[in-house]
Amino acid sequence: MAARIVAEFTKGFWKEIAPLRFALGICPALAVSTKVESALGMGMAVVFVLCMSNVLISAVRNFVPDKVRIAVFISIIATGVVIVELVMQAYFYPLFLVLGIWIPLIVVNCIVLGRAEAFARKNPVILSLSDGLGMGLGFTLSLVVISSLREILGAGSWLGMMVMPEGYPGFGFLLRPPGAFVIFGLILGAMNVISAKIEKKTV
Amino acid sequence: MQEYLLMIVAAMFINNIVLIRFMGNCPVVGVTSSFESAVGMGAAVVFVATMAGTTCWIIQRTILDVLGIEYLQTLVFILVIAALVQFVEIVMQKVAPPLYRALGIFLPLITTNCMVFGVAVLNIKEDHSFMETLVFSLASAVGFGLVLVFMAGLRERMDATGRVPRPLKGVPITLITAGMMGLSFAGLLGMV
Repeated sequence: MAARIVAEFTKGFWKEIAPLRFALGICPALAVSTKVESALGMGMAVVFVLCMSNVLISAVRNFVPDKVRIAVFISIIATGVVIVELVMQAYFYPLFLVLGIWIPLIVVNCIVLGRAEAFARKNPVILSLSDGLGMGLGFTLSLVVISSLREILGAGSWLGMMVMPEGYPGFGFLLRPPGAFVIFGLILGAMNVISAKIEKKTV
Repeated sequence: MQEYLLMIVAAMFINNIVLIRFMGNCPVVGVTSSFESAVGMGAAVVFVATMAGTTCWIIQRTILDVLGIEYLQTLVFILVIAALVQFVEIVMQKVAPPLYRALGIFLPLITTNCMVFGVAVLNIKEDHSFMETLVFSLASAVGFGLVLVFMAGLRERMDATGRVPRPLKGVPITLITAGMMGLSFAGLLGMV
């Protein structure tokens, strides 16, 4: 059992890392990745919602009729999002302003509903929790990778600290919306190359 | 009249909902491998997003604002959209079976399309009037459909020539193409 819990947790980081492997939840991954700081905030919000929804959905999985399950899932997820929204507005106001519309949009994040449908409604609470935690942290990880590249190359800083030498002109294209698409596509390409190499080694 | 025209151009191209505001990317990646399904999905979204945008606006202004329960916005909107999609599906099945056969499989997907929900929230956030809500929702959805159709056309070409580097095949090249498309859309900035 313990091994299973660990396996469900770690699969979210490489093997099934959601935005990079399945192109799920790419909208927020593109939108809030101009700065590492906002990427971390968004990631934490998703981790919370995902854990909460996975635990609750798996707890009620035996009582919910199949026909209305999507409506029930969405209501549970939306409740989690409202909690995040209110807490962020009260205690992390600057972050709340930066993330803006992307906090309510967690409701329609494909990862959250995807995990509910694919995992939480078939598995016990403890496995669903570790699945949600792993998937959420994997999402955060991909956001941090993308935003690090964009912030370091685009603005020359990381988490607000200057890391590039004095007078770095900045590659402004990466900070603009089209740059997000291009860098995301290139990261996916790089991941495919690395995966192919690993597969060759193991075979 | 002129302000509505400006709004249409801005929502369709300059602040394109997919390429600049990053909403509704999943279908752009998911259903653009064939031209027909892109057209079907685009049409279904235009229909649902316009209805959802206006319905949510009415509910916000007549119920949530009046009772002072704006914090329930997220919960109410998503339920409204889910109910609306279901309703549209049933009505379409009865009234227009050919249309249902063409768009039917895309309808359930639309519930979790962030673009529909995003437009509904943006309308409230930017304090649109009812007419502005109608125009903005419609124009944004048409902008979404345009990107979907353009992308499907481009992808069919790319697949046919087969000259995409192997690691970039599929999703990666679609995203890079979307970036290029966004650049050209941003070139229209001078118009408004």
